[in-house]
Amino acid sequence: MKSGKTQEITFRLNGEMVSIEVHPLKRLLDVLRYDFGLTGVKEGCGEGECGACSVLLDGKIVNSCIVPVGTVSGHEVTTIEGYRKTERYKVLEDSMAESSAVQCGFCTPGFVIAAEALLSENPEPDERDIREGISGNLCRCTGYQSIVSGIEKASREASELWKSEAKK
Amino acid sequence: MEKEQEKNISTPVERVDARRKISGSERYIDDMDFDGLIHARLYTSDVSRARIKSVRLPELPEGYVIVSWKDVPGKNRVKMINDDWPFLAEDEVNYYGEPIFVVAGPEPEKIEEILSKIHVEYQELPPVYTIEDALEASGESDGWLFADYTIRKGDYESVEKAFGREPGKYRVIEGTYSTGLQEHAYLEPQGMVATYRDGKVTIFGSMQCPYYVKGALVQALGLPEDRVQIVQTTTGGGFGGKEDYPSLLAGYVAFAAIKSGKPVKIVLDRREDIRLTTKRHPSLAHVKSILDENNRVVGMDVDIVLDGGAYEGLSSVVLQRSIFVATGAYDIPNVRVRGRAVRTNNVPRGAFRGFGGPQGIFAIEMQMDRIARELGLDPADFKAAHFLGKGDSTVTGGVIRSDVKLDEMLELAKRMSSYEEKRSNRSNRSNRRPFHGRGISVFIHGCGFTGSGERDKIKARVGLRELPDGKVALLVANVEMGQGAQTTLRKIVSDTLDIPISSVVYDNPDTDRVPDSGPTVASRTAMIVGGLVREASLEFKSVLEDRVVGSAESAPGEPLKQPEEPIEVFKQYRQPPEISWDDEKFIGDAYPDYSWGVNVVDVSVDPVTREVTVEGIWGVYDIGVPLDEAIARGQMQGGIAQGIGWASLEVMEEREGRLVQDSLTDYIIPTSMDLPDIEVDFVMNPSPYGPYGAKGAGELPFVGIAPAYAAAVSDALGVPMDSIPITPEKLLNLKFNKGEEPESA
Repeated sequence: MKSGKTQEITFRLNGEMVSIEVHPLKRLLDVLRYDFGLTGVKEGCGEGECGACSVLLDGKIVNSCIVPVGTVSGHEVTTIEGYRKTERYKVLEDSMAESSAVQCGFCTPGFVIAAEALLSENPEPDERDIREGISGNLCRCTGYQSIVSGIEKASREASELWKSEAKK
Repeated sequence: MEKEQEKNISTPVERVDARRKISGSERYIDDMDFDGLIHARLYTSDVSRARIKSVRLPELPEGYVIVSWKDVPGKNRVKMINDDWPFLAEDEVNYYGEPIFVVAGPEPEKIEEILSKIHVEYQELPPVYTIEDALEASGESDGWLFADYTIRKGDYESVEKAFGREPGKYRVIEGTYSTGLQEHAYLEPQGMVATYRDGKVTIFGSMQCPYYVKGALVQALGLPEDRVQIVQTTTGGGFGGKEDYPSLLAGYVAFAAIKSGKPVKIVLDRREDIRLTTKRHPSLAHVKSILDENNRVVGMDVDIVLDGGAYEGLSSVVLQRSIFVATGAYDIPNVRVRGRAVRTNNVPRGAFRGFGGPQGIFAIEMQMDRIARELGLDPADFKAAHFLGKGDSTVTGGVIRSDVKLDEMLELAKRMSSYEEKRSNRSNRSNRRPFHGRGISVFIHGCGFTGSGERDKIKARVGLRELPDGKVALLVANVEMGQGAQTTLRKIVSDTLDIPISSVVYDNPDTDRVPDSGPTVASRTAMIVGGLVREASLEFKSVLEDRVVGSAESAPGEPLKQPEEPIEVFKQYRQPPEISWDDEKFIGDAYPDYSWGVNVVDVSVDPVTREVTVEGIWGVYDIGVPLDEAIARGQMQGGIAQGIGWASLEVMEEREGRLVQDSLTDYIIPTSMDLPDIEVDFVMNPSPYGPYGAKGAGELPFVGIAPAYAAAVSDALGVPMDSIPITPEKLLNLKFNKGEEPESA
């Protein structure tokens, strides 16, 4: 919603090339939510602390509330809406649902993104690795243990999914 | 009351909302579209206490409105206990950040500009910021005390006199305990949308209590009941923070919607949310205990004061919970408790998980810990010698009617945490680097509304309705906010009627569709509302069975009967006759039943940085029978995490009435790295007052964890911890006993 000079920003969003005429300092979060309607990306704090707005930027996790949209020009952004179409997501969905890793759900898509970022780096993390891997995301409901279990379960049951599609 | 269940209700099922939430397809208020929506922001005071001398408002561009208290169509007071809290300030402001105007219009930038052009001239008055100053002010003028209660059990004064006559026979141990402000920090900030069409206001938003919001708007808008509709949207955490404040936020958007004729939305950003919304009451307690020659506490005098902030809101009821648990899980024969809630020029405090219970329990638990350590006794043994039991009387002279399984729970907690083994290892403190410590807490939480609330104020009503497709609609006003209500209440219907959970329809409540089953607070949803849902389901079942029998009786060859009327059953709460309460004198059963808990916490303290690491957490709970063990476990773990935050990381200070930590950058809540695995177990103890024997669960885990943590730090350092949050900075300033001061690195 920044006024002033706009420019055309082109990037890959959930697998498709998109272009948008926008002020380059507009928050990526707002572009995703309001220009593309991707409301699975949540705003929890607006200053990069809570991770509810987590997305993948070239496969790495970022807080989209502190990323100016200009910097994603020519890069690849994946939100929960894109990620949920993958086989890896299905595994995580099952394991998180079965581990009771969800309560209010507002932080949950961010944790799924954090789990993907972690598992793509380290398909067989131990508990400590998982706790570190999700430490940029805040949850006020669960005490984290069920989320850790959910990610552990996904890795235990399908780590090959993250191994086989080795880092691009 | 209930038959022993044939199926096990506690067996976990997958939460009905899990996959919608994991996939990001669940819609919260900020994710919804409304045609022609405009935005609103609040203009707030930048002084703590003042008379408003004059205001200057800018020219408004077309399509923008400014709402002041004069635009409030009905009563400019939020409907709560005493209706003292204005939606918008009139001629005075009483805290920094108090809303004075609502500015609404299409463009957020333009709203910002209008806000910057509003000028308010104040005549400042001397503010009061602390409990101590408020107590002093209350001696000089009226208006600084919201509530001042005294309750008694036995005859404390006689014990004090006996001690005065024979001081050698008795021992007196005193302590002063304090707890800090706490922010709810639900991940979804508060948000509301109002529409105004054909003389009817409809509110959509994140909330715990649709009928509280409705009541507040009926009063503030001066509209009849059928002109105010409240629809809860999926709520991203509440913890009490969405009990009181949503009524205010709904007012702001409703006033602006009426004035502008457009749908209006406010979604707070995190800093606004922290600055505007209510917090946990800070507390200051003094406890004096008189022990006899057998090391039994025979008398206890408790004085507890809560800082209520600028308006009363729910403070008096929060205070009631604090004083009703003043002697915790213990049977103390002679007790005097005084509780006061004071007014200060700080942001109003409100409901927060535990609702005054945690402050009361912190004081009694730290006091019991202090006594045990002064006497050289193990705190667990000392506490166990004072446990309440079935038939004992509470501080209000109520009766503990159900079995109390504290002994069993304590044994289990000890076993889980290898309590005895580690106790012998800890005897030689000076050789330990880092310092290790262990704390234990035992606690109680009353289930449901305090006092006669359920009977006289709430009068909960639930319904079940047969739908044309054969499914059954569950009609309750209680909300899913993460705690699992949409799953557990459905389970009750599904189990009773023997239909799949997916055949129970339970949409987010809409006051035009559901009866008032009361607010989603006070650990009442499982026990009170769940109990009514069970009753309604049983009646629904018997009507259904009659119908089946009836149709079987019609002779073969006869024409088919007309389709039956859809079954509809409503049930209203009735207080069990044995529960009695005097709301004037606070005598009788403050709660129909109680939940119980035991926590053990292990910590280590770095001798140099004084950083505390939580090494282990164990919890054993009696919530009657869990309606879903996985959901209950999640409640326990989450409540523990929030309580560890309150005890350690969550520093929230006010300087001259302004919050120092007003963002998630400065206000630190626990991350996954701050907590160990939390081991939780349940002791089954079916209550006659809840469905399948269930009792209250949501608040219990918060209630007892902070004192266990503080006691563990005390144990590690050999110094009583009287005040939370316990920060490394605080520990660095502590004086240690000689020989225990760590050598400098």
